Amino acid sequence: MITPLDDKTLGELREIAARYPEKRSGLLPMLHLAQSAQGKVTPEAIEVCAEILDISPAEVNGVATFYTMYKRHGVGDFHVGVCTNTLCAVMGGDAIFARLKDHLDVGNDEVAEKRQGDQYSVSLEHIECNAACDYAPVVMVNWEFMDNQTPEGAVQMVESLRAGHDVRSTRGPRLCTWREAERVLAGFPDGLVDEGPAAGPASLAGLEIAREQGWTAPEGAPAAAAVGSADSKQGAVAEADTSRAEAETVDETSGADEAGAEKKEAK
Amino acid sequence: MTSTLTPVLTDMWDVDRSWTLAAYEAKGGYQALDKAFGMSQDDVITAVKDSGLRGRGGAGFPTGMKWSFIPQDNPKPKYLVVNADESEPGTCKDIPLMMANPHVLVEGVIVSSYAIRANKAFIYIRGEVLHVIRRVQAAVQEAYAAGHLGKNIHGSGFDLDVVVHAGAGAYICGEETALLEGLEGRRGQPRLRPPFPAVAGLYASPTVINNVESIASVPSIVANGAAWFASMGTEKSKGYGIFSLSGHVQKPGQYEAPLGITLRQLLELAGGVRAGHDLKFWTPGGSSTPLLTAEHLDVPLDFEGVGAAGSMLGTRALQIFDDSVCVVRAVLRWTEFYKHESCGKCTPCREGTWWLVQTLARLEKGQGNEADLDLLLDQCDNILGRSFCALGDGATSPISSSIQYFRDEYLAHLTQGGCPFDPERSTAWAGQEVTA
Repeated sequence: MITPLDDKTLGELREIAARYPEKRSGLLPMLHLAQSAQGKVTPEAIEVCAEILDISPAEVNGVATFYTMYKRHGVGDFHVGVCTNTLCAVMGGDAIFARLKDHLDVGNDEVAEKRQGDQYSVSLEHIECNAACDYAPVVMVNWEFMDNQTPEGAVQMVESLRAGHDVRSTRGPRLCTWREAERVLAGFPDGLVDEGPAAGPASLAGLEIAREQGWTAPEGAPAAAAVGSADSKQGAVAEADTSRAEAETVDETSGADEAGAEKKEAK
Repeated sequence: MTSTLTPVLTDMWDVDRSWTLAAYEAKGGYQALDKAFGMSQDDVITAVKDSGLRGRGGAGFPTGMKWSFIPQDNPKPKYLVVNADESEPGTCKDIPLMMANPHVLVEGVIVSSYAIRANKAFIYIRGEVLHVIRRVQAAVQEAYAAGHLGKNIHGSGFDLDVVVHAGAGAYICGEETALLEGLEGRRGQPRLRPPFPAVAGLYASPTVINNVESIASVPSIVANGAAWFASMGTEKSKGYGIFSLSGHVQKPGQYEAPLGITLRQLLELAGGVRAGHDLKFWTPGGSSTPLLTAEHLDVPLDFEGVGAAGSMLGTRALQIFDDSVCVVRAVLRWTEFYKHESCGKCTPCREGTWWLVQTLARLEKGQGNEADLDLLLDQCDNILGRSFCALGDGATSPISSSIQYFRDEYLAHLTQGGCPFDPERSTAWAGQEVTA
């Protein structure tokens, strides 16, 4: 049962279009919002977007069918995407996808049956590279990262989701529903930005080694420093925390571009 | 002597709540802005030119040069568009950057927009990374509230508005003109060039499109000087870059180093290839860059070095595959990806990638015959250089390079009537299950 788009949503659709110098630019986020409101891109949403943007429904349809995140059929409350591009596939993504297909008894891009007692539904899709290769094999749930997965862990995760237990992204907040996620993609923040870490362990792999070894980028050039002869302040900050030192020297660097040019010539 | 690793963009990823304005400002954030405003716009462009910064999105075009192509006598508004559609298989640097330090991107956007005289900028982020989008949305909001965005920024008289725009799932939108189509609310199909975006880009107006890492590098160049940036890296590939190691390495992850570091050095830092296995093949810059092998461990990872080795630096997406991996399976999967992501605009790519999958799939099953290898190369010949954009070209890279280095492995599929490899052995948990 799909409820028609209400006045609030219609207002927000217009609000999205107004963010851009030319309103048609709003179409992608507008379709995200329509999905959030109705659970998929409906014929009604196509008509409404076309009307707001002064284009034909066929043009909206053409866009809605081009991008893979737009769904013409319903998806689960939790949409599980298993990366099966080469690297994740090799690292175990193929096995995870096969196991979940079997466990949920679905094919690609299908919704699993909501059993009696299930709080939520899940759907399954295999996805392309999601830019988290250093955490392979990767599963996305409602476009949140679930890093370093295994077939067994993935099965447990979907069962937790169906049962209504809290599941957290490995690098993000407690998972929200697909429709809630779509609203954020439309440009309406949900206040969860401060959840989760700054970076996962793999993201920090190189930085940790650099810290251990004392490796840093070279000291920044202060404005008036001559080539190869750092003034005393520069020498002093070399001992200090680099980033702060850079910040402190930036303040008084009005002619630094010239200094930079000189330094380059000197080399 | 420059350190082996040079954290600049990654430098505050280990800071508590590093994504917040407070954390970024505590590290000196948004001070490059005042310095830039103290310079003329042309001097900012000159500084970026002098730094030698080349596009970090894969193509390596000099960033300052790109900016200087904007015709300033054109009366139309100028636009800056950040390409944050990171989707090239293996590439995973911009996503953690925006997650941990979105403000360095926002500051880069402001400085870059000032330089090219744009008063409106867009950050086009692929849609499939919800938390990253939250972080960038919040950073932009915080920047507005702090007066780093909006009207008369820092009293400079410069106005800038930034819109964070989420994509909706299309690899092709990483191609800059297809991205513009997406941003204009259309199907993401590339445009004919010329005119180049610098002359007629977004809304047919002068537009600069830069990768996240390129733009995020700009504040450090302005703050520390062009010479500082150029003191890192190699003669024609200046500066630092994030190298992303993934796959069969002990410590996969992000390693920020001067351009020109080698895979041998990086593997040493990352603890080497998975225990008990040898390096078999790797991509230097994503799946669209021809495969390299163990004989290329000492190739300097800069634009020239990797080019001379027959591949491309690309996005420094080092996907490492050990000897448990079937190269035919790997290449088939990438080819299926290109087929799926081909936008359908041009025939060589739309039809060609489909045929490549047919031919490869047959070979992978041990069917077909040796002549199919020549057929594959012939199909590649009809795509490479004949398709409308680089997607089609990229689709041929894994195929032609894998046949070059691993012809025998293709033939082994034929003689054995199927794949000689056990896929279970290459999984992340392979070792554990054997001992369990």
